[in-house]
Amino acid sequence: MKIAVIAAAVAVLAGISLSPGVTGATSPKKEAKAEKNATPLSSVLLKQRQARGAYLARAGNCIGCHTAQGGFAYAGGRKLSTPFGTFVTSNITPDKATGIGDWNEDDFWKALHEGKSRDGRLLYPAFPYTEYTKITREDSDAIFAHLRTLEPVIQQNPPSQVASRYDFQPLLTLWRAAYFKPGVYQADPTKSTEWNRGAYLVQGLGHCSACHAERNPLGGMIGRKGDDKLGGGQIMGSNWYAPSLTSSLEASTAGWPIEEIVQLLTTGISSRATTSGPMAEVVSQSLQHLTKEDARAMAVYLKSLPETQSRQQVNPPAQTEQVRAWLRYGARIYKEHCQDCHGDSGQGAPGIYPPLASNRSVTLTPPTNVIRSVLNGGYPPSTAGNPRPYGMPPFAQVLRDGEVALVLSYIRNAWGNRASLVTTAQVDKSREGITER
Amino acid sequence: MRQFISFLFIAAAVSGVSGVIAAASDGIDGIPSSRAAPTIPVNVPDTMAERVKPCTVCHGQADRVGRDAYYPRIAGKPEGYLFNQLRDFRDGRRYYRPMTLLLANVSDEYLREMAAYFSGLRQPYPPPEQVISSPTEIRQAQKLIQQGDATRDIPACVECHGKQLMGTAPFIPGLLGLPRIYIAAQFGAWKNGGVMRGQESNCMSDIARQLTIEETNAVAAWLAAQPVPENAGPAQALPPGMAQRCESIVQRGAGR
Repeated sequence: MKIAVIAAAVAVLAGISLSPGVTGATSPKKEAKAEKNATPLSSVLLKQRQARGAYLARAGNCIGCHTAQGGFAYAGGRKLSTPFGTFVTSNITPDKATGIGDWNEDDFWKALHEGKSRDGRLLYPAFPYTEYTKITREDSDAIFAHLRTLEPVIQQNPPSQVASRYDFQPLLTLWRAAYFKPGVYQADPTKSTEWNRGAYLVQGLGHCSACHAERNPLGGMIGRKGDDKLGGGQIMGSNWYAPSLTSSLEASTAGWPIEEIVQLLTTGISSRATTSGPMAEVVSQSLQHLTKEDARAMAVYLKSLPETQSRQQVNPPAQTEQVRAWLRYGARIYKEHCQDCHGDSGQGAPGIYPPLASNRSVTLTPPTNVIRSVLNGGYPPSTAGNPRPYGMPPFAQVLRDGEVALVLSYIRNAWGNRASLVTTAQVDKSREGITER
Repeated sequence: MRQFISFLFIAAAVSGVSGVIAAASDGIDGIPSSRAAPTIPVNVPDTMAERVKPCTVCHGQADRVGRDAYYPRIAGKPEGYLFNQLRDFRDGRRYYRPMTLLLANVSDEYLREMAAYFSGLRQPYPPPEQVISSPTEIRQAQKLIQQGDATRDIPACVECHGKQLMGTAPFIPGLLGLPRIYIAAQFGAWKNGGVMRGQESNCMSDIARQLTIEETNAVAAWLAAQPVPENAGPAQALPPGMAQRCESIVQRGAGR
């Protein structure tokens, strides 16, 4: 019975999702492989390739997912919770039994480029092969060469727990047909080399859309046609909202000087914005290690992204007497707890304590991130460019949910800011949601 | 299964939705909305005291019972000890989520600087607690503290925590000037693996597991009742045997 239902669902899925022009998995491209394996690399060339691979692995932030909190680097074991199940990342150190010590360059390429494991099993897209497919074969080989140099770590990670209704490979085939388009990044000849490098990094290695894409309930990325699906969305299985990189209401950098984009990406802070949560982690583990040229290329590409209409609804409160009273109460809380650092007109100290006036992450809808900031506080990442950051105290222990809601409602509607009120229920939900990193 | 099919319909629906931006109205009266007046950035002192404001919101001059937890004073504790705690909180080896979230992405170097800052703070200790213990409890506590119990492989507290019980630099904390409830809670956490999660067995958790609840209560009560001696300071080195036994506490290098 269950099989029949699944079959029906598969048929439905196929009917809805398979639109003309969307191709399924292509046949493996192995042209380059033969000549590569023909002559062994000289040790100098091999060293160069390994060093390049180390850099690229940083740019791709492999370590970020393939390292458990406090665990051995690249030994996996980090749990990624998604609506489709809890995925446990794999050990990619060269241990033969528990890692990828038995893999070769082709196996690695198949995983990155085609989203298939060594045994041919389809991988779940918690591994961002939907983005990594754009990586060139040369870069894939270099990353693999680097991983071979790591100390093998014997660590058997627990298996992923895929929800039973998704634990069925044919469903994955259909998902891939609809949402996965294998193919190395193709340069746009009408754009500069720098722009193309930036696009390659953002769309491929950097896998920015893994968080910044809007997704449908099946986890497929949606948005504008083309390759820059960066319209913002709730990060899957997490209580963070990754803002749109293409909306001026959210985190578009179209109006920023290039230098400030580079500064934010590589130091974690600029006079216009501060990274926190998952983005702080990306800066800390990946972006701060980029060369100046690559960081700049990413900035050039990000700045060039055309504006898309935000899904946000600016929904400022009606000015009833009740609302005014709430905001006055919020103002009192602000004065007591926030004003010392953020200033009496929300001006802050740019580059140290973020200004709150005209701060898009403050007025963002949903207000998830700003609620988290107030409840949990935190430091921007320590980076070479900002090694001793100033931080935000956690207020979960100091303020009640209602007080957090009032002070945020005030901040979102003071000094020219306009945004919806924050409710006590939203704060409460956010407290509950603090279960993941 | 039905849920899955309904997902499909939602998927179809979502793809058709587009954003709507409502027009913003004017400022709210009673709330300053003008940004016309030039504002001067907040003046931020370039000090560690300013940088550790996120810590001092909870960790003040004295131990404090908060809404969700107990916030011990950290001023004057040994630098290596504080650094180990900070790093363990950050990496999830010591479990308290608010600390983990606060310290995510803070470098080892910066944590070390924070530890040095708090370690160097000289703040007066609170007066000893008025604790009523029976003569039996006092004898029991004193014996464990000064001699331990060789039959159960329990070393004397003073071996590691110093003759003056003010710790041993740089990794072992002092035991005086702490509230009874805090010491009792730490014993409990050592027993249950709450202080160092997922660690191999090590000296303090082994010792705590050997002690009965009556014994830990007696020790906690006795310690809390002692005044902090004038000019007291940490001992300089661990006895070699203890340094070896407690290697996992003193030197921990695993991880990133």
